[in-house]
Formats: sequence, C-alpha cells, structure tokens
Amino acid sequence: MSSSTAILCRGVTKNYGRGASEVRALRGIDLEVRLGELLMLIGPSGCGKTTLISVMAGILDQTDGDCSVLGENLRRLRGRRRTKFRGRNVGFVFQQFNLLPALTAAENVAVPLMLNGVGRTAAVRKGRELLARVGLGDRTRSLPAQLSGGQQQRVAIARALAHEPRIIVCDEPTSALDHDTGQQVMELLREVAVRPDRSLVIVTHDARIFGFADRIARMDDGHIERIVTSPDQLRTPVS
Amino acid sequence: MNVFAIRILMGDRAKYIGIVIGLTFAALLMTQQMSIFVGLMSRTFGFITDTSLPQIWVMDPKVQFIDDVKPMQDTELLRVRGVEGVEWAVPLYKGLLKARLSNGAFQNCIVVGLDDATLIGGPPEMVEGRLEDLRRAESVIVDEVGANGKLAKPPAVPGGKPQPLRVGDTLELNDHRAVVVGIARVSRTFQSQPVVYTTYSRATAFAPRERKLLSFILAQPAPGISADEAAERIRTRTGLAAYTAPEFKWLTVTYFLKYTGIPINFGISTLLGFIVGTVIAGQTFYNFTLDNIRQFGALKAMGATNLLLLRMILLQATVVGFVGYGLGVGAATLFGSTAGRSELAFLLLPQTLVVSALAVGVICTLSAVVSMWKVVFLEPAVVFK
Ligand SMILES: Nc1ncnc2c1ncn2[C@@H]1O[C@H](COP(=O)(O)OP(=O)(O)OP(=O)(O)O)[C@@H](O)[C@H]1O
Ligand SMILES: [Mg+2]
Repeated sequence: MSSSTAILCRGVTKNYGRGASEVRALRGIDLEVRLGELLMLIGPSGCGKTTLISVMAGILDQTDGDCSVLGENLRRLRGRRRTKFRGRNVGFVFQQFNLLPALTAAENVAVPLMLNGVGRTAAVRKGRELLARVGLGDRTRSLPAQLSGGQQQRVAIARALAHEPRIIVCDEPTSALDHDTGQQVMELLREVAVRPDRSLVIVTHDARIFGFADRIARMDDGHIERIVTSPDQLRTPVS
Repeated sequence: MNVFAIRILMGDRAKYIGIVIGLTFAALLMTQQMSIFVGLMSRTFGFITDTSLPQIWVMDPKVQFIDDVKPMQDTELLRVRGVEGVEWAVPLYKGLLKARLSNGAFQNCIVVGLDDATLIGGPPEMVEGRLEDLRRAESVIVDEVGANGKLAKPPAVPGGKPQPLRVGDTLELNDHRAVVVGIARVSRTFQSQPVVYTTYSRATAFAPRERKLLSFILAQPAPGISADEAAERIRTRTGLAAYTAPEFKWLTVTYFLKYTGIPINFGISTLLGFIVGTVIAGQTFYNFTLDNIRQFGALKAMGATNLLLLRMILLQATVVGFVGYGLGVGAATLFGSTAGRSELAFLLLPQTLVVSALAVGVICTLSAVVSMWKVVFLEPAVVFK
C-alpha cells in the first residue's frame, strides 16, 4: 500500500442472508482508491455497488477479505471505535439527501462537526460558511422542506465537507435530480470536494456524469469488471 | 446534540402532540381516579375528622367502622371516666332517625347527640347560629347540604325552587318536635343523609326506647399521658375498644378497603389510564422513531454512537414525559378544584402526584426502551437503501 492509497480492498466478499436465500453481492473485490482522486463505481442494478461503498465507508461488515481505510483495517476496528473513526474520516452524500427535517440548513451542516465534539454555536457558524461555499449563503435558515432537491443536495455536500473528512462517499448523488441540477451538483463536488489529501467515491449509473470521474470502476455481478480513466474507454470491449 | 434532539422531537408536530396527549391522558386519568379514590376513602371517616377535639374514641369491641354503631350501656361512660389517665370522657349518640318534613314526607337523618354539659363533638363550622343555642329547648342544628337539599321545604309557588330549611323552622324527629337553631357545615361522608346535631339527652329522647343508647365515648388523655397510652389503659380496664382518632380512621378505611369493591374499581380505572397511556404514548413514540429511522441511520453513519442516540431518545422521552405529566396533573387539579364545589369526592395527595409521576416515568421509559432497541440494532447501512 503506497502513501497515496486511501482505501484498499483485497478479496472482499459479501453474502446477504443464509442458505437457500443467500445472495452473493460481492464475490472478491480487489480495488484501490487513491488520495486526490474521484472514483466512480458504475454497473448494472444489483451488481453490488451500494454494498461495496457501504463496506468501504465502514457501515457494513464484509463477509471475507480485507478492507483498509486510511491504513486502518476495518476488520480490527469495531463498535464505538469504528463509529468514531467514521465520524472523523468519512463524509456521506445520500441519494435521498437524508437531511434532518427539523433542523435548518446551517444546523444540518453543523451536525458532523458536533458529532466530533465541536460546540453548537461554532459548528453552526462553520455551517453557514460552508453553505456560502456551495452557493446557499442566503438559505442558511431554511428548513430542508423549503429547499429544492438540488439545494438540498448542496446542503448535503456542505455537510459531507464540514468536518473535512479524508473520504467522501456518495451513493447516486444525482439520480434524484434533473439533468442540469445533477451537472451542477457534480461541478460543485469537483470544485469544492476534490483535494489532494482526499478521495471521493461516487456510485452512479448516470452516464451523463461519468466525465467528472478521474477513474471509473465498472462492476458486474459482484466483481470489478474493469477500471478506466475516461468514459470513452468504456465503449471499447474488454481486451 | 441535546437541543437538536428536542428540535427533532418537536419538529414532528403531529407525533409530538400525539405522544403528549397520550401521557397527559394517562397522568390525568391516573391522578384523577386516585384522587377520587382517596377522596372517597377520606369521606368514610369524615365524621371522625369533624369531631376533632377528643383524641380517643371508645366503643363496643365489635365496631368495625364509624357508621357501624353498636350501642353500649350508659354506665360504661362512668367506667371510662374512672380509668386513670383519662382527663375527661363524654358520651356521643349517633343514629339514624326518621324526620317528617312539612310536606309530610319522611327523610332519614343522622342524629348526633352531644354531651349536654360540654357540647363536645359539635360540627366543625357553623354557618348560622351558635353551638350553644343547642341548650335551648327542642333545639337542633342541621347541616347545610341537608338543609338546602333533602330537608328543604316545598316550593312556595308550584314549580318553583324548594326553599332551604332555615333557622326558626321546625321538623319532627321520630314524632318529636325540633326547632332549627343553627346551620352547620360538615364534611361529606359515605352516608348521604342530612346530619342533625342536638344534645345527648334530647337525641336519646328522640330515639326509640332501647336499653343501650350510648354509641361512642369520646375521651381525652390526662396531661403528660399519650393518647396511645390512655387508649391502652381504657382497653385493659373496661374491655371496651379504644382507638386514637387516627387509629379509628384507619380502622374505618380498612373496613371499606376490605369489604367493598371500591379499591378494585378504582384500581382498574387507574390501571386502565396507565395502559391506555402506555399504548398511545408508546406506540406514537415508537412510530416517531420509525419515521425518523433513516435520520437515525444517517446520524449513525456520520459517527453518532449508540450512546449518543440513546441519550437523545431518553431526552426526548423525558421532555414529553414532563410536558404530559404537567398537563395531566394540571388538568386533574383543575378538575379537582371544580369538583371540590360539587358532591364529588376528590383529594389530591402529594403521594398521588408522586405515584402518577412514577407511572408516567415508567411509560416514558418503556416507550424509549422500545425505540432504543430499534435504534441500537439499526444497521447504518440502511442509509444507502
Ligand atoms: N440487505 C440485503 N439483504 C439481502 N440482499 C441484499 C441486501 N442488500 C442488497 N442485497 C442484494 O445484493 C445485491 C447487490 O445489491 P446492491 O444494493 O449492492 O446493488 P447496487 O449495485 O447498488 O444496485 P442498484 O443500482 O439497484 O442500487 C442485490 O442482488 C441485492 O438484491
Ligand atoms: Mg445501489
């Protein structure tokens, strides 16, 4: 593992259920995510993208194999320590935004900071700054319900950035949005989220945003089928 | 995150109100039922409370409660007076006599006969007239509720309101003429009949001729001797039953607790309040948690530990608990203060407040535990579903 590696998966498998109803969602994943890159995970529905990103984010236990995040083997990081590790190092962007409906935009952004021990006032102040960076400086007091889908996703991005995590995972961040809004959200992510000391892993099957990736890993049936650096290469058959 | 926990709780208006209503309802029903129960129970010994001066009640050993009169011979009074450590002892007559009203109807009355010389055992509060007026010939004092109600005279005009019995009016008690010289206010008791106070000799004259007419002997311990001690001496010397006033109250309450269905009935409705409150509040609280389960999942993914989430849920449960309890007990008190002016028994004891508070606490804890269970075993991976 080089110093530029953020996430390293070796032979990761994941089975859901047991016996007859067992689903082999991941069948041996070898994947390296580098610091400073935006990696997209693509592939047909049910191929295991969400499962893989969940394992890499430390919110799901793999069945077998090893997954290291920032040099920590997740297998050895359990319970409360794992939760704290996630809280410090991982930012999340969800398809359904998952903002707390009772809290204002700025307060939502403040949540990861507060989970890391920052006081509420300071956290909310930082939340307002971050909202300004994602172009929502005038909506800091709005409740999620008062914002459009695109605006909510920008709040979610600000939230994912708040505690300056080294890893940001996004599951289908644009699929609840229309095309233009999706493009804007991706532009924003590239602009404010990508940093040399950080990796972004984005699960998507929205081909129109493939161009924002540094590398694209295509999955099929629980495997990484191929990894390319440009969407054009996806058209050429696997050699 | 505490402030946020409360904001999240109150953010869901409908659920918040639902939970609070459940708890309010539970607190109200439990407090109210327990208070009515306590009120009813304290009514059983209302007459003992009213007869506040003497510290010791002496009676036939078979008496089980205050209305269970087993008359003694008049000579017992002298025996009690002879017991060392008894400062004084006076007779008390208590019995049911028929009063004939001016319209010819009959009404049973509780007639209380007080010691002629001292008038000890009189009503706690006079509304009109004076207790000493009982020394006049044929005089009686009637209780206010009776005078305005069951003993009231027929309306002056047909269809009008009945006229309350007044000072100066007369009644016939067991065919003996009696003149009302005063109106008194007495505690309500289990017996709904009007209360008529008169002297011991007059009461026993009104009463049907019998060998034994002495209902109770009221006694006072000599200075320096405790009521318990004096009662004990009376018991051993005379073979009669002698209780201190609190003991006699307790004897009376115990009788009603044991031999009537009252405690069970109130126990059931109190339990019902508890169960209904638990179901409504618990169910709504659980639904509230389920509704927010994605949010809890997101918080977990973002690094919220189980401990933090449990604290948030516990805080939410505590807030709704306090609000619901406050509203419920407030409503019960309001109910009690309006009921205080009616026939309804209602006595809100601090102990009752504590019991309701504990019960509401249990409801909240149960609700919170069910929700905590859900959250602790929640896989943070649900956030990507
Ligand atoms: N909790 C679960 N229990 C059982 N099977 C599951 C569970 N989660 C996912 N699966 C199965 O595992 C496989 C991979 O699911 P996953 O959600 O990772 O796919 P995906 O690539 O994200 O699909 P999509 O593009 O539809 O989101 C699927 O066959 C799915 O049905
Ligand atoms: Mg998926």
